[in-house]
Amino acid sequence: MSDPAIFFLIQVLNAVQYGLLLFLVASGLTLIFGIMGIINLAHGSFYMLGAYLAFVCADATGSFWLALVIAVPLAFGFGLLLETLLFRFLYARDHLYQVLLTYGLILVFEEGRGLLVGNDVHGVPVPALLNFSIPLTATLSYPAYRLALSAICLVVAGLLYLLIQKTRLGMAIRAGSFNREMVQSLGIDIGMVYRVVFAIGVTLAAFAGMLAAPTTSVFPGMGNQVLIVCFVTVVIGGIGSIKGAFLGAMLIGLVDTFGAVYAPQISGMLVYMLMAAVLIWRPAGLFGRAAAR
Amino acid sequence: MNRRGLQAVLVIGLAVLIALPVFAGKYDLDLAAKIMIMAIFAMSLDLLVGIAGMVSLGHAAFFGVGAYALYLLSPEYGAANLIVSLPVAVAAAAVAALIIGLLVLRVSGVYFIMVTLAFGEMFYYYATGARWLGGSDGAYIYQRPQIALVDLGKGHAFYFLVLIALAASYMFLHILAHSPFGHALRGIRGNEHRMRSLGFATARYKLIAFVIAGALAGLAGYFDAAQFGVVNPELFGWRLSGAVLMMVILGGMGRVHGAILGAAVLVLLENFLGDLTTHWLLPMGLFIIAAVLLLPRGLADPAAIWRTIRERRVG
Repeated sequence: MSDPAIFFLIQVLNAVQYGLLLFLVASGLTLIFGIMGIINLAHGSFYMLGAYLAFVCADATGSFWLALVIAVPLAFGFGLLLETLLFRFLYARDHLYQVLLTYGLILVFEEGRGLLVGNDVHGVPVPALLNFSIPLTATLSYPAYRLALSAICLVVAGLLYLLIQKTRLGMAIRAGSFNREMVQSLGIDIGMVYRVVFAIGVTLAAFAGMLAAPTTSVFPGMGNQVLIVCFVTVVIGGIGSIKGAFLGAMLIGLVDTFGAVYAPQISGMLVYMLMAAVLIWRPAGLFGRAAAR
Repeated sequence: MNRRGLQAVLVIGLAVLIALPVFAGKYDLDLAAKIMIMAIFAMSLDLLVGIAGMVSLGHAAFFGVGAYALYLLSPEYGAANLIVSLPVAVAAAAVAALIIGLLVLRVSGVYFIMVTLAFGEMFYYYATGARWLGGSDGAYIYQRPQIALVDLGKGHAFYFLVLIALAASYMFLHILAHSPFGHALRGIRGNEHRMRSLGFATARYKLIAFVIAGALAGLAGYFDAAQFGVVNPELFGWRLSGAVLMMVILGGMGRVHGAILGAAVLVLLENFLGDLTTHWLLPMGLFIIAAVLLLPRGLADPAAIWRTIRERRVG
């Protein structure tokens, strides 16, 4: 292949990698909204916490993989705890109060992180096993870690699909999103289902943060940046739809990556223009239920 | 609180604010001016959230437009013309609100929250990258606006202008809220479908409310930039949008005077905590969480707070 073709291929790989990572975060957000009806501004903070957790654990253990093994259960447990202590009081409340409580939570998380780890920018080394590049031409190559990252994201997306479509828990989750009382009267502990769904959502965001840590620096504002892009993703895809989140994330990955290459002056605005176009064309999002609520 | 009582409180409050420069020092006057500016900002959002039922999480975008308008209209090291720059800043915010409003009002509910936040952040990210706006560091405004005998940089001129703006904004919003237009907005908040079937062009009502709220937010932003002499992208950001929403809720939604109370409480708390510790966001966040869980009806109505406590004890 010629150099321009390879260059194009690299951009496509970058776009897919970014899109998949975004999907992990956005799927957690849309899952929590679709099933419990909660709008969670602190979702980006979970991504940030995941990245910092990866940094701290990798620093302590010296191994990125070991850090993942420690950090993922921690994130899941953190999700269970948060649901029990705070979020279950929000199900019956207006979206306005959910927004405010989770806004307060962002401030707490940001300052908590500042107290514990500081406000410095950190880096997490790429694991040795994947710390090489795959040569594509004489001058161009592609880092193996990024390819592995995309593969891991795809596996997680597949597992998520199986969990929701093929398992008993998944059945309870889907049923619970339609009729909470009916599920309860059938003898399923809906409170427990909600707790697990919330923890899964937190873990997905945190896991994305952990995976992203070696490719980008770990910095204080990373959570809010990803939150905004996640909202755009969910608005484009249709809120509550995992399929929509996947499509939205991929679209944003492509627009953002190719925008940075071919239209650098306006690349920062392209994602918002995409959202504006979807709002004009299909206000409920590409896969949204008929009316935007 | 009954209407008489409220009127008495407002008149006393106004008298105190007018007399304040006689016995308060510069620090306290600056703090009071900041509270009044935030009160204008919070009142403008209350028109959307409390009266029309539109929860915007990107209201700081228009605050930022007003602030940056003053920066762009100020000659380098010189003072902007007050009579020109103030209306232009407000108009710029109104135009921005019109454009954004046409887009965001296509959705409602939780979509509206997410889309307003996203568009607000669009302004933020644009400003961080735009060299003509000073980039991520922002820019300085070296002199406050002035005109003929009024120099906002001297004496108490700035304080009194902000006080006049606050009183005028309050009167305007109070009249608006009790006009047929305000009642229509309340109707839309209650049941938009029914209002539409009654023949109200609800989309137009909501857009007008959005533009008015944006213009007033721009006015507040203009004063903020004039007071502190600096603009930076944070003025567009989600943190300010969230803080002003908190002010509205603290004061109790849908009561224009409540927004003033909410602004005072939050600014004073921020000031107090900021003096106490550099990690003031932590107690602030905890306060917000506690307020949401314990004070669903805000602070403006003491009787309601008491009722909530009693209900909890019984229930």
